[in-house]
Amino acid sequence: MLKDITLGQYFPGNSVIHRLDPRTKLVLLVVYIVALFIAGGPASYGLMFLLLSTCIGISRIPVKSFVRGMKPLLFILIFTGILNLFFTQGEHILVSFWGITITFEGLVRAVYMMARILMLIAGTFLLTYTTSPIALTDGLESLLRPLKYIRVPVHELAMMMCIALRFIPTLIEETDKIMSAQKARGADFESGKLIKRVKALVPILVPLFISAFRRADELATAMECRCYHGGTGRTKMKLLRYKRRDFEAYGFGILVLAAMIVITHFGL
Amino acid sequence: MGTAINVEHLSYTYPGADDIPGIQVFEDLSLSIDEGSFVAVLGGNGCGKSTLAKHFNSILLPCGGKVFVFGMDTMDEEKLLMIRKTTGMVFQNPDNQIVANVVEEDVAFGPENLGISSAEIRRRVDAALHQVGMYDYREHAPHLLSGGQKQRIAIAGIIAMEPKCIVLDEPTAMLDPRGRREVIETIEKLNREKGITVVLITHHMDEAARAQRVVVLHDGKIAADGSPKEVFSQVELLHGIGLAAPETVELCWELNQMGANLPLDGLSPEQCAQTLLENWKV
Repeated sequence: MLKDITLGQYFPGNSVIHRLDPRTKLVLLVVYIVALFIAGGPASYGLMFLLLSTCIGISRIPVKSFVRGMKPLLFILIFTGILNLFFTQGEHILVSFWGITITFEGLVRAVYMMARILMLIAGTFLLTYTTSPIALTDGLESLLRPLKYIRVPVHELAMMMCIALRFIPTLIEETDKIMSAQKARGADFESGKLIKRVKALVPILVPLFISAFRRADELATAMECRCYHGGTGRTKMKLLRYKRRDFEAYGFGILVLAAMIVITHFGL
Repeated sequence: MGTAINVEHLSYTYPGADDIPGIQVFEDLSLSIDEGSFVAVLGGNGCGKSTLAKHFNSILLPCGGKVFVFGMDTMDEEKLLMIRKTTGMVFQNPDNQIVANVVEEDVAFGPENLGISSAEIRRRVDAALHQVGMYDYREHAPHLLSGGQKQRIAIAGIIAMEPKCIVLDEPTAMLDPRGRREVIETIEKLNREKGITVVLITHHMDEAARAQRVVVLHDGKIAADGSPKEVFSQVELLHGIGLAAPETVELCWELNQMGANLPLDGLSPEQCAQTLLENWKV
């Protein structure tokens, strides 16, 4: 049951997008988000949509998985839509009832806002779907390396993220086991009011935490045995190297951003 | 052949808290392990097996006496990395020693810490994975593998550092019979083909029987030390400290109790059958 959780799920593949350097993908995602926030008219939104759908097409990841990933965010999406629909002032009144007015401007704005959120999320999914967690961590570590000079422990943060990702399935499995064990002794997780259900989680969390600490202790010893002594003097097996396609992608990103600025400048 | 590990008059006490006294594990323990040998350390729970193993690569430091690893004093902080690189250690739970979420990245973890060049790491990782027979799984996620496979990955992670000695602390305790066989065969192969010194800590008698030398620990002292045949024929001594001899020896011993007069050195079922055939008089 708990195994269904998708957390930064990765779909292995061999498309151009899969093969791009993780750093390129991270930077381009930021560029994409900036461009999305610049967008202000049908033409600019159209261009962004075209870009996104082309990228999804190239990645060969089924659209179904994007839709599935969006489901938990449906509430926020609808909430934003309604908020914009009802509370935007404008001149062209479409409907007016019970003191609430829906304006044409409000409608347009609601549609744009929802499109923006959808495209934002889809873009982020594209990154996590096409990049393995380990490549993502490597990319982040490499991009954030300059922060080392202001004493941000970049290597340690990346290591923590890597270990956290590694232990998610292990801990989920463990939670499953503890839950079964508690159920076997008559624990009830499914009925009762919210507070009762939350209280029922305590007998799961306590053993889970104890075991997590014990694991952490053993892992630390095992890492020491394998000569881990922090980031200094550490090398990597897989070095991140920019290839030609990365430069092309960067060039393309700049082009899109420039195009977006021009288009929105003309108010489209 | 030199000495791989030399323990001289080791004493160790786990530190206590304010009013709780510490627990003394060793008082005066001396042991020396030859380079290239395959030594099994046997003992019941709480006899100090794991504590002893942790002295072999400076995870624990002696309170008294000395431990030398290939001539290096484990107290010498400057040699810490060198000692850990020379003596690798594999633990009981494979889940808690795998760091990365791709098999080959995990095997690369040790060499990466040693600051070796990328190409050399790649070579060592591939070689290590071939040696444990897990090369085809190099791009798998470790949590999807079986216990025996995970433990072999952990062993690969150690041999990628190219150690001269591997200490395995009950590596098969959490595995099913098949996983156990995989791991033990891998260890034997490493010892035989690469000449790596192996110290296997275990409480499985049949695993210990495959070693060249068996050391039995009890209460922080060496209770027996010798070849498997020598050690396991002392059935009364083993029973006295809560251990059992391999099943074949137990069988002969039980028959002896009933009046037979069988030698107690048949460690494999075949040898045992042979002994019975030769000595059994109806």
